[in-house]
Amino acid sequence: MAKVLVVTSGKGGVGKTTSTAALGAALAQAGEKVVVVDFDVGLRNLDLVLGAERRVVFDLINVVQGVAKLPQALIRDKRLENLWLLPASQTRDKDALTDEGVGRVIEELREKFDWILCDSPAGIERGATLAMRYADEAVIVTNPEVSSVRDSDRIIGMLDSKTLKAEKNEQVKKHVLITRYDSGRAARGEMLSIDDVLEILATPLLGIIPESQDVLKASNVGSPVTLNNASSAPARAYIDAARRLKGETVNMAVPVERKGFMERLLRRRAA
Amino acid sequence: MSMNLLRLLSRRTASAPVARERLQILLAHERGLRGQPDLLGTLREEILAVVSRHVTLDPDKVIVRMERGKSVSTLEVDIEVPNGLDKRIAAAG
Repeated sequence: MAKVLVVTSGKGGVGKTTSTAALGAALAQAGEKVVVVDFDVGLRNLDLVLGAERRVVFDLINVVQGVAKLPQALIRDKRLENLWLLPASQTRDKDALTDEGVGRVIEELREKFDWILCDSPAGIERGATLAMRYADEAVIVTNPEVSSVRDSDRIIGMLDSKTLKAEKNEQVKKHVLITRYDSGRAARGEMLSIDDVLEILATPLLGIIPESQDVLKASNVGSPVTLNNASSAPARAYIDAARRLKGETVNMAVPVERKGFMERLLRRRAA
Repeated sequence: MSMNLLRLLSRRTASAPVARERLQILLAHERGLRGQPDLLGTLREEILAVVSRHVTLDPDKVIVRMERGKSVSTLEVDIEVPNGLDKRIAAAG
């Protein structure tokens, strides 16, 4: 049965789009049929992170408004045949999305895919509420930093009240994905620890993505990090997270990068 | 550098416990507010309904404000009424 998963955070810049691309690709690499849907109308970026920016013809709003049929707007990834993108519009604004229209598109996607990953825009306005509206599950992307944790808490409150599931007295299954984590800094007390974040948000952990240059490298070349460098620390963490989404039990560890002498020294001291 | 010195330095620079405590206090407060969505909006509408039964009002001129103090919070209701009201009160009295 198809699962609709919203990748959300409230705060901007924490890694929603990167995580949507990486989780989508990891699920597709594991044989699942996946579509990633960009809800960031007017500020689309998922196409760019996936390297499909020059292949966008129609978008989500065209489909919602009936200007284009869904198959015309879906873009198939060139590397992963199981991965598809439904881009956002760059020229229209979020008011062009209607609740009912989005519902129709999601229903149609449910028939074609195993996973529908909705990349939410930042904020708590219409775009964000529509992205989470039809979700079965939610990944709340959180940096170990006060403003991100506060916004995640707010978003968790919305997932429990503003979604279709909540209105039917059901629960959206929530997972916290901690990104940009630096285990050395956390051990030195300079950064909130995993336990701090989980205790405050009281939500199960999906994965820990370490701060890494590989994430930027991957988006520079328009490739999800799990494809661009599958053995890198963030890629391994995303692959593990995707396996957990599929229901597998995977031991939780902070994947560490093999780096220079100084960093190893610092890490040992931190441990 | 000795290990002890490093530990001492890191303890002095540990800001994460402060972050954690600030978040816990703030979120306890914010979660409390969430249950009662838009208390001020509801108050404003009901006050407007009651007052306009007796006086013609411009709905935009009704302002309800809440200020949270340490021990006491105040609710401030500011209603601007058109000049006709003085005469009606005088007539009633």
